[in-house]
Amino acid sequence: MEIPYTVTARPDTGLWNAKVGIWLFLASEVMLFGGLFSAYVFLRLDAEPGAWPHGLLNVPVGTMNTAILIASSVTVVMAWASLKMRKFRAYWWYMLVTILCGVIFLGVKLVYEWPQKFDHFGAFIKKDALEKYEPYLGNHHLAEKGLPQRTEISGHLHNKEALNDPNVKEYEIALDPVNADPTNPNMDRPHFLYVPPTDKIATIEKEDVEYANMFLPKHSAYFASYFTITGLHGAHVLGGVIIFTYLWLPVGTKLYKRNPEHLANRVEVAGLFWHFVDLVWIFVFPLFYLL
Amino acid sequence: MDETHEPALADPADAAAHGAAAHDEHTAHDVAKHIRAYLMVGATLLLFTAITVFLSYVNFGTQKANVAVAMLVATFKAGLVAAIFMHLSNEKRMIYRILIFTFFFVLGLFWLTYLAWYDPITTR
Repeated sequence: MEIPYTVTARPDTGLWNAKVGIWLFLASEVMLFGGLFSAYVFLRLDAEPGAWPHGLLNVPVGTMNTAILIASSVTVVMAWASLKMRKFRAYWWYMLVTILCGVIFLGVKLVYEWPQKFDHFGAFIKKDALEKYEPYLGNHHLAEKGLPQRTEISGHLHNKEALNDPNVKEYEIALDPVNADPTNPNMDRPHFLYVPPTDKIATIEKEDVEYANMFLPKHSAYFASYFTITGLHGAHVLGGVIIFTYLWLPVGTKLYKRNPEHLANRVEVAGLFWHFVDLVWIFVFPLFYLL
Repeated sequence: MDETHEPALADPADAAAHGAAAHDEHTAHDVAKHIRAYLMVGATLLLFTAITVFLSYVNFGTQKANVAVAMLVATFKAGLVAAIFMHLSNEKRMIYRILIFTFFFVLGLFWLTYLAWYDPITTR
């Protein structure tokens, strides 16, 4: 079956068909991500003062990934422009760089960022036990400064069996710097550079703990929305990489020889999707990494 | 404004034979002119990413103020991507028609969220 209006404008819409198609799709995508973002807003506004975590993600790594995504948006628009100017060689290179950027972005997420979170631990202390753990929380110091109190002690969990074994009565944690030195004014605000857990060990009794878990989606509303939104975003990056690879492989070369404008239009449509994915990240990055 | 006002050909095969590029809003010549703009936008986006990171470590008084500043910068960046990379600054009317609906539905969506949080009935 011949699909009509792949390169010429349809008289009634004034556009070739795929262009209308991708914009309708992107309109539905706006609603999909919009729903998740509004859920994020709702959860965050409803959080207890001080309960919404700050500075848990690695900012330099997130900034680097943002730059990679922006660079790939430039290269994909250059790939399209090269096709328009009938420079196939340039197209091929720009597309390759775009694909590599997508792969690096996903690699950083799946190999470094997510596993590091899965390996991190946090315990929320019951209200009546907060005083007992004051040396790790520094709430007196925070109250003096008018800052919201801390209720969580986090770090690297030494006795992982404590998570599931009811006979183990306490968690042994190599403390994060914020809990190792909670009255240090440097700890009042998040750091730009990532600081690993210290070698200061704390023992926290399970009966003093409201809730404790690794940094998984179920750990908190923050991580639930973080993993959901970055997960869906990552799935979109993967989708883009697959489409670009298809257009970059010999299939694309063949189409170029048959009808270069058709390939250019396909790249434009895939590019529109890719720019949208970049656009979503522009909001994800400050909301989860910085604020 | 870059349009070549030729009547659209009904038969795509016919059109391809006539060199379809001439009917598109982006001819090779126009595209070459835009490349500088694409690179400039890319550089601006990178610069504003750095600015976003920097501003997040500046204390604007309240957390809400910091969020507002960051969202303002993000909206500017998103506007650049949409207007230049996605060609929305110079698109056909059909696309704008689709997006006007999207815009109002998204507004409605966030308005619902706001209602749920503000809860005008039980807080009265």
